[in-house]
Amino acid sequence: MTTYAIEAEGLQKSFGDTKALNGVDLFAKPGTVHAVLGPNGAGKTTSVRILATLIKADAGHARIGGYDVVKQAERVRATIGLTGQYASVDEDLTGMENMELIGRLLDLSKRDARARAAELLEWFDLSEAARRPAKTYSGGMRRRLDLAASLVGRPSVIFLDEPTTGLDPAKREDMWGVVRQLVGEGSTVMLTTQYLEEADALADEVTVIDRGRVIANDTPLGLKRVVGGQTLTVQPSDPARLAEAAALLQQVSGSKAESPRQGVVAVPVKNDSALTETVARLHAAGIGVHELSLHLPSLDEVFFSLVGRRAGDDAAPGDPKAGSLQQTADAEEADARLTV
Amino acid sequence: MTTATFANAPTTGAKPFKLIRHSAALAKRSLLKTMRTPEALLDVTLQPVIFLLLFTYVFGGAIAGSQSVYLQYLLPGILAQTIAMSATAIGVNLNTDISKGVFDRFRSLPIARSAPLVGAVLADFVRYALVAVITLSVGYAMGFRIHTDPLQAAAAMVMAATFALALSWVSVCLGMIARTPGSVQGMMILLVLPLSFGSNTFVQTSTLPGWLQAFVNVNPITHLAGLSRSLFLGGPVTSHLLWTWGWIIGLTAVFMPLALRAYGRKV
Repeated sequence: MTTYAIEAEGLQKSFGDTKALNGVDLFAKPGTVHAVLGPNGAGKTTSVRILATLIKADAGHARIGGYDVVKQAERVRATIGLTGQYASVDEDLTGMENMELIGRLLDLSKRDARARAAELLEWFDLSEAARRPAKTYSGGMRRRLDLAASLVGRPSVIFLDEPTTGLDPAKREDMWGVVRQLVGEGSTVMLTTQYLEEADALADEVTVIDRGRVIANDTPLGLKRVVGGQTLTVQPSDPARLAEAAALLQQVSGSKAESPRQGVVAVPVKNDSALTETVARLHAAGIGVHELSLHLPSLDEVFFSLVGRRAGDDAAPGDPKAGSLQQTADAEEADARLTV
Repeated sequence: MTTATFANAPTTGAKPFKLIRHSAALAKRSLLKTMRTPEALLDVTLQPVIFLLLFTYVFGGAIAGSQSVYLQYLLPGILAQTIAMSATAIGVNLNTDISKGVFDRFRSLPIARSAPLVGAVLADFVRYALVAVITLSVGYAMGFRIHTDPLQAAAAMVMAATFALALSWVSVCLGMIARTPGSVQGMMILLVLPLSFGSNTFVQTSTLPGWLQAFVNVNPITHLAGLSRSLFLGGPVTSHLLWTWGWIIGLTAVFMPLALRAYGRKV
C-alpha cells in the first residue's frame, strides 16, 4: 500500500517561544536516499527526532513504513535505525558490549546478538577495537560504532543525523560508501547535512529547510540548476595575467568572470566540458596556474539563491515574527523559481 | 523491496517477560559500567568502611566509653544508612544517560518505556547487596557480632533497600529536571548529609539539644537505623518499623508520580 517509506506532513514543533518547525513536509520513496539540507538551527534534527518517535510534533502527522509515529510508535521503532548527535553509544562499554546490548534489547538470543555484533564490527573495521571501551575510540571510529549500533536490527529505514560532520574527507568518503551499500541492500536512508556536496553525492532527493520551513524540494540536479551549476576558479601563477585568464573564462562560459579574492577569477559554468576546454585554452595561451578548480555551489550559495540571504544571517531565531513576513515572501519566490 | 522491507515487525512476545529481559540487559550494562569505573562505586563501598574505622577507633572511646560497645551500636546504623543513601546514584546515572544521548538510543528501540528505569533499579539492588557484604565483612573483622539471627539481619537489609527504593524516586525526579549530572549529585548531597548526621546513627538522641532531638525523632534515617539496630541486636521494633514504613509510603506517594511524570516527558 505504502508508496513512501517516510512521509511527514505539516510538522510543527515549538520549544518555548521558538518555533523549531513550522509546517515541514518530507517524503522519501523506499530504497532511496533523502537528504535534509539546511544550516544549523534550521530544524533538521527536530524533524528527525519526530520521525524517530523521540519527540512528538505539536501538529501534523508522520508515518514510517506506513506506521504512524505516534499511534504505532513501537512498530516504527522496530522499523528504524537512528544514528546521530542525539543517539549515542555508551562510552564506558566496549564496542562489543554496546553492540551486544542493542542486540539483546532487540530480542536476539545471546548467541545471535554476539554474532550480529561481530559481523557489524567487522564490516565497520572495528574488530580490533571491539574489546576497548568506546571512549578510547577516535571520532571516526565512534561515528562508525554509532552507525553499526543502529544497524543491529536490520532496519529498513535509517536516519543519519549529520553523519559526517567533523570527519576528515577520507572518513567522509568511507561513510558515503556505507550509505550507498545500505541503500543498495534495499534500505531507505534519510540523512541530514549541512553540505550540498554530501547531498549531491548521495541523495536521490533533497529537501532544503530553513527556520523550520521547507524552502525547496528537488533532485540534487534540479537544485543545482536553480542555483546555477558549478563554479570554475582559476588562479594564474603570474598575477599580471589575471585579466587574460578572466577574458578566457568568459569566452568558455559565456558569463562574466568575477574575482572572489585577490589574484583569482571565477565564473559559473553549466556544462561538463568547460573544465577541459579551459585547460586546453590556458595551455594554448601559455598561462600557468596555481589553482584550477571546478566546484559545486556551496550550501551558502544555494541559500543565497533560494532565500536571498546568507545561511549565517539568522535574524533573531527566537523571534518568529521578525522573520516570518520576509520568510513567506522568500519562500514563494523560491517556489516560483523552482517551478520554472 | 517495497513492502517486504517493512515486514520485520516486532515479534509479539509476552510483554512482562520482555520487560524483565530488557531491564535485566540494561541492569547488566549498568553494572558493567560500574565495574569499568570502580571509582564510581568507591563512595558507597569505601565510605561505610571509612566511617566504621573512623568513628569506632577515633570517636568510639569518647562517645561510648568502649570501642567494641560502640561498634555494636554503630554498624547496624551505618549499614542501613549507606544502603539508603546509595539511592542518590540512580538520578545521577539517568541524567548522565540523557545528557550523553545514550537514553535516546534506547528510546529509539522497540523496548518498553519503563525498561531503562527498571533496569537502573535492578542494578541498584545488586549494588546494595555489595555494600551490605563489604560493610558486614569489615564489621565482623573488627569484632561486630549479630545478636539475633540471620533472618532478622536480612530483614534489616531488606527494609533498608525498600527505603532506598522510596528515596530513589526523589533522585529520579532530580535526575529528570536537573541540567547536569553534577547538579543532581550536589542536590542529593544537600538532602542526604543533614539526614545522615542529623540522626541517631552515630550518637544517642538523648545526648542532643532539644531542638535537634525534635528533628532527629522524625528523621527517617533515625528510624531506619533504629530498626536495623533492633533487628541485628534485639530490641523494640514496632515503633521504628511504623515510622520507616510511614516514610516509605509518604516518599513514594509524593515522588513516584512526580518522577514518573518527569520521566514520561523525557521518554
